[in-house]
Amino acid sequence: MWAIAQKEFRQLVRDRRTLAMVVILPLLLLIVFGYAANFRITTVPTIVTGPSAAVTATHLPPLFKVVAIEQSYTATDASNALRDNKATAAIVTSAATPQVMVDGTQIFAAESVIAVAAKAGYKTEVLFNPELKTSYMMIPGLVGLVLVFIGTLATSLGVVRERQNGTFEQLAVMPFSPYDVFLGKVAPYFLVSLGDALLVVLAGVGLFGLPFVGNPLTLALGVVLFLFTTLGLGVLISTVSQNQGQAMQLSLFSVLPQVLLSGLIFPISAMGVGVRWIAYVLPLSYFIPISRGTMIKGTPLSALTFEFAMLAVLGFIVFGLSVLRFRRDLAPSARRSR
Amino acid sequence: MTTWGLTKVRVRFRARVALDDVDVSVDPRTVTALVGGDGAGKSTALRALVGVVVPERGEVSRPARELIGFLAGQNAVYNDLTVDENLDFVAHAYGLRGTGYERRRADLLDRTALATARQRLGGQLSGGMRQKLGVAQALLPKPELVVLDEPTTGVDPVSRLELTRLISHAASEGAAVVFSTTYMSDAERADLVVVLDDGHVLLTGSPDDIVRGVPGTVWASDAPPSGVTAWRRQDAWHFYTGGSAPSVSATAVPPDLEDAVLVAAVQHQRFRDVGVSI
Repeated sequence: MWAIAQKEFRQLVRDRRTLAMVVILPLLLLIVFGYAANFRITTVPTIVTGPSAAVTATHLPPLFKVVAIEQSYTATDASNALRDNKATAAIVTSAATPQVMVDGTQIFAAESVIAVAAKAGYKTEVLFNPELKTSYMMIPGLVGLVLVFIGTLATSLGVVRERQNGTFEQLAVMPFSPYDVFLGKVAPYFLVSLGDALLVVLAGVGLFGLPFVGNPLTLALGVVLFLFTTLGLGVLISTVSQNQGQAMQLSLFSVLPQVLLSGLIFPISAMGVGVRWIAYVLPLSYFIPISRGTMIKGTPLSALTFEFAMLAVLGFIVFGLSVLRFRRDLAPSARRSR
Repeated sequence: MTTWGLTKVRVRFRARVALDDVDVSVDPRTVTALVGGDGAGKSTALRALVGVVVPERGEVSRPARELIGFLAGQNAVYNDLTVDENLDFVAHAYGLRGTGYERRRADLLDRTALATARQRLGGQLSGGMRQKLGVAQALLPKPELVVLDEPTTGVDPVSRLELTRLISHAASEGAAVVFSTTYMSDAERADLVVVLDDGHVLLTGSPDDIVRGVPGTVWASDAPPSGVTAWRRQDAWHFYTGGSAPSVSATAVPPDLEDAVLVAAVQHQRFRDVGVSI
């Protein structure tokens, strides 16, 4: 028994990736569940509208964090502001009693707003998801999660399998350019991911009665941009992995923070400031507002430019790095011939 | 006609020098064998020749990739593609199509005795069949330079014979062929043999020239003599004493390529028991 334990320990010490995972994973989980995993909302970004907006804004309960005061806004304008992700709640002051509108896709924020508004005697209207159905929040996020899993995990496994089998060197010598190999390896996963995303959306609409009120092309554009990051991450992982086991470890290691810190489950606004920055570098954090906004709220493309821009920047960085690493592996030098 | 090869090549993997000052020339219509034990530098030399390893110094001469056929060791075949699909993939890569490709494919399938296994998955083939398919893939585009890393390793004697015939046929079609092996019987069929040990070239020449170049006498005895390195050959022990007489009862034997390679290794004091396959 001692001999096996000693051998295992030696192997563990020499397997740096597993060792890193053994050390970093508990720390990551501690950070996530200590600082990030929080369903309790203490502040809600709020826009105050209507003729008495300025006065009302000074007397609001502390939950409402005023981000804008728009006296000229009508109730429709306030609703559109929530649709366009400018705030999570809106106080409309055109009637004698202020009316509160809240974004129902932010379930935890909406529940807090409903409770506080009731105490304050405000009338509350939940927009986009009046019954606060969890499926309305989760399924658009699941589209992103599927893209992360297929894009990162399946791509990294598929690419590293070539290296593990020893056929990668054959490809390097064949008359393919590195870009041919890269695109040829990635294209099938791109198409499979697109198909899977479509399947989740159709199942959400067909099985869970999810509305799809936005422009499908906006979501399609978001999916394509998001896939650049996830597929790039998959290829990047494959370039630093020697076998499928390592690729799977690294993929899960990159997927886990996205599941926990992107706002898919725990609201980003409820996370501790110390870990919130992690959410801001995760591509899924920007895809979820696009998918939720497009599917449930009908958010137009013009209101999602920041999210699209961030996905484009992250995609450019990750995809670019993966191309460079992949190219280095396939073409170690400019081949001199004749 | 162009000669391909390595000139004064040095390859370093971090602190370890894998090849040092290595010259290998591969001529059209000839078969060159790289022989040596495990870690001698055979695979590294071939990988430097095809461009997947970058030499620290020295010159590499090779044709464009469209004109190179390469077998990268034991794993050139996709397990989840059929024999036909594996060949079709290579054909697409090299732009082969139409009846010309079909004729070439049929010829290679016939020569490798794989014609009856066309619909079998690569993973369902025996080791020998996989190697033959790998070599067929390398030869498919009729390349100018054929580079085969251990094409006969782990293959039964009949398949080895078929593979060496296939290799010779490629040379007869005009290709410059180079392959690595630990089997002296395969190397004996080559036109030129390059013996590598610990990243250095020990000998270069035709098999006959290398055998003729053995200095002194190779001895055979029933028991291994003490104090000198001996190697087992069938039912006898062979050893080499330089110019001096043996200390045990022994008879002089005419050396073959295997003896010549081992004598060279002994002379360089790099002989290792687990070295060249005996």
